[in-house]
Amino acid sequence: MTNNHDLLKDLAPRKFGLRGKLWSGLLILVTAAGVIAYIDQLIQGQVVTNMRDYALWGIYISNFVFFVATSFVGSVTVAVLRLTRNKWRTPLVRIAEIISLASIIMAGITIILDMARPDRLLNLFTHARLQSPITWDVIIIPTYIALSFLLLYFPLLPDLALLKKYFNTKNSFLSKWYGRLSLNWTGSKMQKALQEKSIRIIAILIIPVGILLQTIDAWLFSTTYRIGWDSTNMGAYFISGAFVAGLGALITVVCIVRKVRKLEKYITLYHLDKLGKFLVLACLTYLYFNINEYLIPIFTATVEEETHLNELVYGEYSFLFWFSQLVGLILPIFILIFKAGRKPGPMFIAGFMVVIGSWWKRYIIVTPTLLHPFLPIEGVPESWQTYFPSLHEWLITGATLAMALLIITFLIRYLPAVPIQRTAEEMELYRTEKELEP
Amino acid sequence: MKESKKTRRDFVDKSMKTAMLGAVAMGALKSMSSCSSKEEEGETMELMTTDGDIVEVPVSQMQEVSAFDDQNYNVREGIPNRKFVMVIDLAKCKNALNCVESCNKHHFVTGENAWIKVHKMQDSKDSAPYWMPRTCMHCDKPACVTVCPVDATFKRRDGLVLIDTERCIGCRFCMAACPYSIRVFNWSEPAQGETSEITMHTGHEGPHPEYAGMPSVKGTPDKCDFCPHTIKKGELPHCVTACPNGVFYFGDKYEDTVSNGEETLRFSKLLEDKAGYRILEELGTEPSVYYLPPVDRLVDFEDGLEQYNEFQSVDKPDLE
Repeated sequence: MTNNHDLLKDLAPRKFGLRGKLWSGLLILVTAAGVIAYIDQLIQGQVVTNMRDYALWGIYISNFVFFVATSFVGSVTVAVLRLTRNKWRTPLVRIAEIISLASIIMAGITIILDMARPDRLLNLFTHARLQSPITWDVIIIPTYIALSFLLLYFPLLPDLALLKKYFNTKNSFLSKWYGRLSLNWTGSKMQKALQEKSIRIIAILIIPVGILLQTIDAWLFSTTYRIGWDSTNMGAYFISGAFVAGLGALITVVCIVRKVRKLEKYITLYHLDKLGKFLVLACLTYLYFNINEYLIPIFTATVEEETHLNELVYGEYSFLFWFSQLVGLILPIFILIFKAGRKPGPMFIAGFMVVIGSWWKRYIIVTPTLLHPFLPIEGVPESWQTYFPSLHEWLITGATLAMALLIITFLIRYLPAVPIQRTAEEMELYRTEKELEP
Repeated sequence: MKESKKTRRDFVDKSMKTAMLGAVAMGALKSMSSCSSKEEEGETMELMTTDGDIVEVPVSQMQEVSAFDDQNYNVREGIPNRKFVMVIDLAKCKNALNCVESCNKHHFVTGENAWIKVHKMQDSKDSAPYWMPRTCMHCDKPACVTVCPVDATFKRRDGLVLIDTERCIGCRFCMAACPYSIRVFNWSEPAQGETSEITMHTGHEGPHPEYAGMPSVKGTPDKCDFCPHTIKKGELPHCVTACPNGVFYFGDKYEDTVSNGEETLRFSKLLEDKAGYRILEELGTEPSVYYLPPVDRLVDFEDGLEQYNEFQSVDKPDLE
């Protein structure tokens, strides 16, 4: 049986190896390239993108929607599994919280990158109008950032106190910071009760806020008179899509962290198995909403809707459409529905497929609709009738993704990826139960 | 209530006799004719009611009012007691494109996308093709205004939907929301160059919602503004005066009159006689622009094909 010292040694943050350094360096390089591209965009204007009067939103927006979607994983795994008392969540929640926080911060930054006048950002507050869905976003995103932060931070307190002791002799600088951040955690009864209560409140709060966040994101589209957006299905469709994207991201990161940090003992096949089944449930729910969104309208589609649907199914966007449906949804279901598919290797592949599919799925939601307006696209250069991101857009979007990964990487570098205290308690419990057995 | 009393007094405009029709409401006239019986000795003046009847009104009961009060003029409220509308007669349009050219010129449109466009339309395979000019619809329930997060685009009481390009944050939600896709965007610094500097020094004090496209502001949208700068001078918008075929009628719904510069017609009767309609009526955006169907056409559709250019609406000077 593992004793507490081994546990601490296994789970305490570790310095980057060569791989970690290379990975971080690469992410920093990609981020730097994006920052340069963004400065150029500020100087020249958004003419450097391939967005024009018809394709007036592009990958900045679809990437924003993707970040918002992945940030849902915090609400789902942490809060929902907590409230439903699913024990298998323990080694996974920390990583989910980290992904959630990184994604929602990057969502906030990404939406600013899309603004053509970021110099007037403050107008959003000084001239805010409540009926605009953007104002709803301005309210809900910072709220979700705050809640996600607290949901990560409060459960961390005992671990930070442990790490303070652990690093006392090894690294006094780190130890000092862990001590400060642990807010004088001693593990007293009162502190525990307070912490328990705070976490419960946040876990309950973050569920409606998370659902609102996803729904408002859907309403950004469904409040417009646009074929493909103006759909009552949108809210639920986005929530279930976020369920998929978030869990896909979680599985991908969990598989990597488990391997790199050698956490096989803590994130066991049992946990992966549960997580895999959870993603299948998410994918099936999303599939249901996709059928509602794309298949059933065939019966009553107006001419405009039919043009739009045909363009997706057979036309210009058919490759991306089928890619996101097959690779992002149906294949992962087929892999994960079998027990053999819920092993680390295939699961990582399935999770990664879901993430890539989810990213392109948002592109498919945003772009084709804009290029199918009610009145014909005429009197503008021919190139405006199509859209594919420019180099600037790729660099900037790549940088946002790299920054999200960088936040995740650094948080996992400096925080215990698997909760130490909780794992210890559960193991203790497990041991006593064993001993009590006749 | 107070306001409506004032309105009635302001209604009668001396200049209206020479102008085609006065802003004379029946209610106002009735009260005036009762007054006139008491003051018969005064000088009288003939005015036409909205029904086309000529009535005599004592001059002493009349007061000269200017179209709007410069001092108290609020650019977000607009010209008081007006509701501007446009009627576009599709039977007359042959894609001459003078409207587009004139609009581009007077609004200093230098981008790739003109504010007015003439669409080549054919509703179904067997129905006849026609030319359809389209401006901003200046909807009474404008989708663009609803979604704007900072109140940069706004709806005025006189019906105009305008943009405060000094407040806009460039999110383009208004463009996404507009079902008519009429808005254009300044993706880069507008190439108005010296023109803008010259105009800036001759009275224009920087961007303004009634800026008439001068200067356009980088990172903000532009669109058809129904020419408040010409309306205030008592003139018709540029597209109306430029059209050689009299396609565009512009006027005031309260006065129930529209004019294409050659003929002035009763707005409601025109719609009734020619079965006027609005595009995408079913969306409920309540546009201020009405269309007359392309029936009994005086022009040949084919004539317009010569001018038709699918990929260009703004003439680009050869710079090199």
